[in-house]
Amino acid sequence: MSLRKGHELHQRRFSRNLGVGLTLAAFIVIIFGLTIVKVSGTDFNRATQEVQN
Amino acid sequence: MTDASINASTATARADEAGFGDYFALLKPRVMSLVVFTALVGLLAAPVPVHPFVGFCAILFIAIGGGASGALNMWWDADIDRVMKRTKSRPIPSGKVEEGEALAVGLALSGLSVIMLGLATNWFAGAFLAFTIFFYVVVYTMWLKRSTPQNIVIGGAAGAFPPVIGWVAATGSMSVEPWLMFALTFMWTPPHFWALALFMRSDYDDAGVPMLTVTHGRRATRVHILVYTALLALLAVGTAFSGIGGPIYLTVALVLNILFLRGAWKISRRTEDDSEADNFKVERGFFKLSLLYLFLHFGAVLAEALLKPYGLGGWS
Repeated sequence: MSLRKGHELHQRRFSRNLGVGLTLAAFIVIIFGLTIVKVSGTDFNRATQEVQN
Repeated sequence: MTDASINASTATARADEAGFGDYFALLKPRVMSLVVFTALVGLLAAPVPVHPFVGFCAILFIAIGGGASGALNMWWDADIDRVMKRTKSRPIPSGKVEEGEALAVGLALSGLSVIMLGLATNWFAGAFLAFTIFFYVVVYTMWLKRSTPQNIVIGGAAGAFPPVIGWVAATGSMSVEPWLMFALTFMWTPPHFWALALFMRSDYDDAGVPMLTVTHGRRATRVHILVYTALLALLAVGTAFSGIGGPIYLTVALVLNILFLRGAWKISRRTEDDSEADNFKVERGFFKLSLLYLFLHFGAVLAEALLKPYGLGGWS
């Protein structure tokens, strides 16, 4: 049985699904941002140089 | 089953179905705003600068941890929330969210917030957040809330931890200043809640929560408010001479503590007849002032911290 696109359930749960979707998108942005900050931080650069030396 | 009955049951399900906002309400957004503010002050008052994005993430995960403990509190307290007027419209008593869902949301967000705070800042801060959630859910909600009239006093500690977590997130270590912020919230909580209990009395009575008003009587509660407010005033003004204080903080603390002591004194002198006659006007006023009291004290700490780089904050 395939779900029809216009099923009543989708309309009813639209706000919930949109909220979960936006929350997950925000979480991805946070993980990405934290990675950039950590990688470009002085501690990380110093540790990388020590490994290279 | 007829078509009519199917349509009727669908309509009922539609009306009761939880939206995203109902799950968000599990996190007690109003309490979360206090957590965000005090944790932010703890983070910014710390002597170690933090990258703005890391700082933002730290506050966000502390807030999510606070919200998670709120969801677990609603799961455990669903039975008394159904009885109390103030909490009847919460997502579980109103039938929007199942108890098991609240438990799942609470546990998932607890784990997420602790791990993410540990990764974003340091594991000392992560562990501290985990301990705070444990303290609020297990020590306060499950154990003390229904067993001792000192529930508010000890439970207040859970709400007082966020500035300490903010400080630890920035520094990775501990010192006396964050504990002064902790003590400020800790000592503020009892008079704040006891004033509320005085004018929301039937709520706690009906739910069988052993509030001081129920176990020791309303006169004893009035005296307790005065004693705690006097001790709080000493602490709040004394904090002005610590590393997080300064002339701005001292001015704010002096004005607010005089007003707060005046309110507590009035409450202690009033009889139940006086309060009934004006519908608890003084108690309600004291409760409103208590909200402003905490906000402005932490605001003053923040002002001192933000002005320090310009040579204006603090005593030096």
